[in-house]
Amino acid sequence: MRRGTGLAIAGGTALLLLAVAGAAAPLFAPVGPYATDLDARLLAPGPGHPLGSDPLGRDVLARVLWGARVSLAVGVAAVTVSLTVGTLLGAVAGYAGGWIDEGLARVIDVLLAFPGLLLAIALAAVLGPSLANVVVALSVLGWTGYARVARAEVMALRERPFVDAARALGASPARVVVRHLVPLAAPTLLVQATFGLGGAVLAEASLSFLGLGAPPPMPSWGSMIDDGRAFLLVAPHLVVVPGVALATTVLALQLLGDGLRDLLDVRGAQR
Amino acid sequence: MRALAARRLALVLPTLLGVLTIVFLFVRLVPGDPVEIMLGEWAAPADAAALRRNLGLDRPVAAQYVRFIAHAARGDLGDSLAFHRPVAAVIADRYPATLELAFAALVVAGLVAIPLGAAAAVRPRSALDRIARAASLAGICIPTLWLGPLLMLVFSIGLGWLPVSGRGGVAHLVLPVATLALGMAGVLVRMTRATMLRVLAEDWVRTARAKGAPGWRVVMVHAFRNAVGPVLVVLGLQAGALLAGAIITETIFAWPGLGRLVVEAIQARDYPLVQGCALAIGATYVAVNTATDLVAHVLDPRLER
Repeated sequence: MRRGTGLAIAGGTALLLLAVAGAAAPLFAPVGPYATDLDARLLAPGPGHPLGSDPLGRDVLARVLWGARVSLAVGVAAVTVSLTVGTLLGAVAGYAGGWIDEGLARVIDVLLAFPGLLLAIALAAVLGPSLANVVVALSVLGWTGYARVARAEVMALRERPFVDAARALGASPARVVVRHLVPLAAPTLLVQATFGLGGAVLAEASLSFLGLGAPPPMPSWGSMIDDGRAFLLVAPHLVVVPGVALATTVLALQLLGDGLRDLLDVRGAQR
Repeated sequence: MRALAARRLALVLPTLLGVLTIVFLFVRLVPGDPVEIMLGEWAAPADAAALRRNLGLDRPVAAQYVRFIAHAARGDLGDSLAFHRPVAAVIADRYPATLELAFAALVVAGLVAIPLGAAAAVRPRSALDRIARAASLAGICIPTLWLGPLLMLVFSIGLGWLPVSGRGGVAHLVLPVATLALGMAGVLVRMTRATMLRVLAEDWVRTARAKGAPGWRVVMVHAFRNAVGPVLVVLGLQAGALLAGAIITETIFAWPGLGRLVVEAIQARDYPLVQGCALAIGATYVAVNTATDLVAHVLDPRLER
């Protein structure tokens, strides 16, 4: 077995299980995530509510499962946007060089002068709480990581003979970048995207925790932890359960990323 | 070295200008009228006009920009709407608390993680190495927003050893610092271990061993000195994560710093204060990164290339 296979399988399996659990949430949960039952408030885990209930009597298992949908959907959307924009801009800058490259580097420098979460918080606050706005807020900074990777890979490859050959055959710059250079950068970008998905899931939870992400009553792990803080003494499961889900997701993506990095022998990407 | 310092410092000003520009654009990008958002739909027209004048929103954008930069250069960031005081004064009140928290977390993370990572690298695959790697993975994967309430649950509410929240003596520092330091320590263990492993595999380490230098001397003097540069760079780069983590940590523990201030300012729609906080955090980050770069070069002149 090649180095990294075990990690990748473990992380990938865990991630798959989480995605299936989220997708098939109605099969596992006794009730919907919005169903309130004021006679069954703040129940500890037990029969009827396997993971307990919250202050409005909503089922915690249902909310955690539906929360997986929110978490993964926002993460995948943010990574898709960031990856697409970042790869294109980075590849173009790396191939073109000159002032285009210089300009992109300055823009990235300035964006990276803010801690990522701060910029996302400010943007989410201005745009208002909605999942689409969370995706926007995360992508505004998220693309820079992929742009750096794509740029470095393209710069390392652009003087190779096969690029000259493609050009000599009459390939346009766009074709050289998209068909010949970007595919070679794909393994590094894939590993970066795996770590990026973990980061995006965490960031979504952080924004929702601060009340700037998923609008209530939508179930998000971040807002569930925030809501549960007031009941730490009487109902610790409200904080523990969504936290386990969040940490497991991040761990799965970290293991998958580590495994893929070893498997694909990628050096540039990092968390 | 001096040339490098000049080059690096020359980059600081354009970056800060960029930071200022983003902070400036931030309020102007608000969909709709920022004054209406801040004061609410039913504000008196006179109040709205006064605020618009106060923020300079009644002038052309180019003029606003020049005015904003000129004022910021003099340290004038306008008045906070919620505190009715200059933004700079409000930030100055809160800044030391964040500095205290972040610095303590940095020191704790460094003191725990760097020796642990280095020791793990000396004996790869040993029990210590396995423990260090598992601990580092846990540190990276346990989210701050979960760790904080958990620690609070166990040590303040459950055991009653430590205060729940607020700023005061050392006891108040323990939980927030632990919350903030864990993630950073996780990354640091990983980086220190990887760097030390690479350095210990170098030819000159084998030469030192062949000459009969004692094992501890090879590790501490020959290898560690060469690993410390890259580790330090990671430490500096983590400062950004630390400042971001401070926003969450301060919110959890009601720590009266910049992170909590920015959240309060956002909730109060106090945009001048949000701008000021973003600027203060951004400027701190730029300063830390520049300083890290310079120190790393002093420690390891080979980075000059």
